[in-house]
Amino acid sequence: MFRAEDYVKVDSLAEAYELCQKRSSLVVGGMVWLKMTNVTKRTIVDLSGLGLDQIEETGEEFRIGCMSTLRQIETHQGLNQYFGGIFRECTRHIVGVQMRNCATVGGSIYSRFGFSDILTCMMALDTYVELYHGGIMPLSEFAKRPVRRDDKDILVRVIIKKDGRKAAYTTQRNSSTDFPLLACCVSRRGGNWYVAVGARPSKAQVVTITDDGYDSLAQLAREAADSFTYGTNTRGSSRYRRQLASVYIRRLMERLTGRSVTIG
Amino acid sequence: MNIQFRLNGKNVQADVKPDVILLDLVRELGCYSVKRGCETANCGLCTVWLDGKPVLSCSTLAVRVDGRHVTTLEGLQKEAEEFGMFLAAEGGEQCGFCSPGFIMNVLAMEKELDHPDEDEVREYLSGNLCRCSGYMSQLRAVKQYLDRKNGVGGNV
Repeated sequence: MFRAEDYVKVDSLAEAYELCQKRSSLVVGGMVWLKMTNVTKRTIVDLSGLGLDQIEETGEEFRIGCMSTLRQIETHQGLNQYFGGIFRECTRHIVGVQMRNCATVGGSIYSRFGFSDILTCMMALDTYVELYHGGIMPLSEFAKRPVRRDDKDILVRVIIKKDGRKAAYTTQRNSSTDFPLLACCVSRRGGNWYVAVGARPSKAQVVTITDDGYDSLAQLAREAADSFTYGTNTRGSSRYRRQLASVYIRRLMERLTGRSVTIG
Repeated sequence: MNIQFRLNGKNVQADVKPDVILLDLVRELGCYSVKRGCETANCGLCTVWLDGKPVLSCSTLAVRVDGRHVTTLEGLQKEAEEFGMFLAAEGGEQCGFCSPGFIMNVLAMEKELDHPDEDEVREYLSGNLCRCSGYMSQLRAVKQYLDRKNGVGGNV
């Protein structure tokens, strides 16, 4: 059971950063995952008073505050209109509306969960994270970092560039509202395909593949699927995941090219 | 820590520890409709409204409701009774353990969605697990309830 002795709702990011440098402090997001852990902390640091629960849209980008909820990105008109509804698609299977009103984007991205639909979705876009101390860096680079206890930076917001890419998302779940068995997001810009696969069951990764030299989307999709490693857990075997990835990536590519999606 | 908030329209003050969850606080304050179910944020049994939105009280720190509005089923007696009649008429309450959380979420859906179709209803209520009804009787109750509210305009 999660335990804490003190709670501070900070007035500034500087105050939060200073507090969380202590080993016994922790910045909390929606608490959905954390409350199930056996962690004991002296101080929990709450960013909810800093106005970071907003999604801003400018001409160049979307700026998603770390305390925005999954429900906010699910229902945000601008985000979903620009990226073909993938934010609705990647969130709507996550447990239920009540849970998605609690869980935060910051909590999901900072923790880099293997099962994260959100991380997979954002990896296929031109996405950056803004860290209080570390500045702005590509999400793909941030996601590669191991999650370490001594990493005491603060994820302030996620920035997604409006670079004109079209995207599609899908997952497979063994039962509705369960964790995904596999999560795939594919986006396309010009001749480049950006393919992100998560829940393999390890955390999402992205590969970029160009159209050149491939006879069919099936071949392209197989190539992309083979770029990842897959593991086995109670939800499925690595072989099954690899097979699914190849099929789902192809279907998403077909959808993005306006072709009718073929089964099999 | 001392917090002040509105619980079902009434001002409440409470002294809470930093790791106390809202579920425990509202039960301590007499709102026994809010039940402890899975505690893994899956079942929807502990659903309350925070500033009008449905949230899981098992995943919400009590200190975070300071200055905000919390609504439990006790604060929605009239609406709950009205929908509860439809639930009973369709045999959707069964053991009744999940009913408070389910009713809270149905009422939240009614506020949030305009003329939802069946897929939208199923999706909105997917976070409310029921181990006895098989969901069909609940779905019929929601359909009857929305049909009545919307005249003949319900799409479920």
